[in-house]
Amino acid sequence: MSNMKNKNIWLTWLGLMAILIGYFAYTLTVSDDKTIFMPGDLTGGHHQIGVSCVSCHGESFSDEDSLQNSCIECHGEQREKPFDSHPREKFTDPRNADRLENINALYCVTCHVEHQPEIADETGLTQAKDFCVHCHENIADDRPSHEGMEFDTCASSGCHNYHNNRSLYTDFLVKHMDEEDILKKALLPEKELASVLDEIATYPHDRYPVTALTLKDIDAPAKVLVKTSQDIRHDWLTTAHANIGANCSSCHLDETKERESNSWIEKPDHKSCVKCHDTEVSHFMQGKHGMRLKQNLPAMTPFDARLPMKDDASHKILECNSCHQAHQYELDTASVESCLSCHDDKHSLAYKESSHYSLWKKEQSGELPKGSGVSCASCHMPRVAVDVSDWLRRTVVQHNQNVNLVPNDKMIRSTCLNCHGLEFSIDSLADESLISNNFNGKPTVHIESIDMARKENERHLKNVKDD
Amino acid sequence: MKLSKLVISICAVATISTASSNVFAAGETVPVKAMADALHLVMDSDRTIYTRKIVNRLVKKEKVIKASEHFDDDKALVLPAQMFRFGAELVQKRAKKLPDVNFSYSLQSLWPINKQNAPKTKAEKDGLKYVADNKGKNYYTEETLGGQKYFTAVYADTGVAPVCVSCHNKHKDTPKDDFKIGDVMGGVVIRIPIGG
Repeated sequence: MSNMKNKNIWLTWLGLMAILIGYFAYTLTVSDDKTIFMPGDLTGGHHQIGVSCVSCHGESFSDEDSLQNSCIECHGEQREKPFDSHPREKFTDPRNADRLENINALYCVTCHVEHQPEIADETGLTQAKDFCVHCHENIADDRPSHEGMEFDTCASSGCHNYHNNRSLYTDFLVKHMDEEDILKKALLPEKELASVLDEIATYPHDRYPVTALTLKDIDAPAKVLVKTSQDIRHDWLTTAHANIGANCSSCHLDETKERESNSWIEKPDHKSCVKCHDTEVSHFMQGKHGMRLKQNLPAMTPFDARLPMKDDASHKILECNSCHQAHQYELDTASVESCLSCHDDKHSLAYKESSHYSLWKKEQSGELPKGSGVSCASCHMPRVAVDVSDWLRRTVVQHNQNVNLVPNDKMIRSTCLNCHGLEFSIDSLADESLISNNFNGKPTVHIESIDMARKENERHLKNVKDD
Repeated sequence: MKLSKLVISICAVATISTASSNVFAAGETVPVKAMADALHLVMDSDRTIYTRKIVNRLVKKEKVIKASEHFDDDKALVLPAQMFRFGAELVQKRAKKLPDVNFSYSLQSLWPINKQNAPKTKAEKDGLKYVADNKGKNYYTEETLGGQKYFTAVYADTGVAPVCVSCHNKHKDTPKDDFKIGDVMGGVVIRIPIGG
């Protein structure tokens, strides 16, 4: 009896083990969702793509170069452009071999770690606090103003950025130190895609010559046209698309398939947009909105976000057409209402009470000139100068909304300085309460970087005079 | 006529072959010192041409553009020293993929504006002092860094144009403000891995 009981227990145990092993084996080899093997939760920076371990780790988990390549695949452009203060080559130079032993600056994970969200900041960034001191511990010898500063203050707002330390250098602080809070000429850059099409080598000029189209030029097949409403035709006709020769087939036709087969795309997605807007789509897929698409995962939804989102937006799909309504491509809607239809945090909710929104409304009504208003996109998807190739610099909308947020003083150059003085901008971005109420008021905190630069400059001018 | 041309050609080749000790037989390798000297000759010539034909011509003679350390913000030409460093970084990136021609180089000074360009290793310190104290002479040595042995050569970098000297003397971060034309202001350090 006892033997039988033992046998049953053993059989039950073996059965359970077989189920368990089968489950893990299935998850490891077949299932798309492998999060059960994760050593710790992901930060807000990568949680969207957490189901796909290989997105970061590659097929081999032991290859550190493969992991590094994954970082560079998505973050490399941000790291190198507009300027890389600490290129990898600086550390592969043999003269810095001793520094490399102190801090392995060849790999992103030396300073930024994943699977430890408890040490990440609110943006999802994990960053070592002491990375500067390994090479710059004697900085006070060269910069007396830095005497006594703690090792973890280098990256404080308005100061140093390892990847692009040119953003707020001393001469720049001096050049802008006496600016008013609001500049006399306060205007944001205008869009310019249509004017530079000739220079964009990847633009499909052969298929879609730049020429204004009319309703009689519509090239959708007859079976599609019968279902196409007058509203859709009108929307298309009044956009830049019709104006520069982008016909129905530009977006709806899959040129890789035979024309008569299933080549007509009912609802085009980013794969159609990329044919003409490759820079924009590439940036979109580097940011939190589109990073899943880059990994061939289902599109992000507000439901999956960690930031507060509106309940009724939970199941929206984050594609190009989520913000840019198909056929209309109304930029004003994409710049404000599209954002506010999902985002439900304090900063977003306070926008319509802000002076930025007030200016935006005045621009919309024609009371103020183009570029006077400040939309959500003006700051979070600003129009910036981007080297889209080694040979061409364009003003493009930066569709990676994260690129100037971490740290937020990266927003100073790309956005704030178009309208505000540098000191006002630095202080505002360091003021948490001001960020929360969407910059409705003046900053109540002060960052001393300009004061320090002013003193250094005065000391230098005095030395020159004495000489 | 054809025959005379042929004879001249043969004589010319023979003369060059016997007069020059730098002609190597097929399969023979270039001595590491000669390679370092050759690299420096190219670097120094390119930098001199950039300084004279681009920077000095456009900034001082034509007066059509500035050269600035903050070239992006100032919409200006990059300084000759920056041009040199950017080239060194690109070589560093490309040479890693070509082990047979792997080498690195940098511009350093005993009086650097950017303190990261001060000599660090003993070879750099000794070399920069030697070329400053012994005008016209180069410094050659061997050193081991990060477990790899290197042939290290140091060449004097001399202030050739008034603009080189005045800019360094006036810079707010310079530790020396009395350079004169012809002074050794720093040195080029070239490293070539040796010994496997």
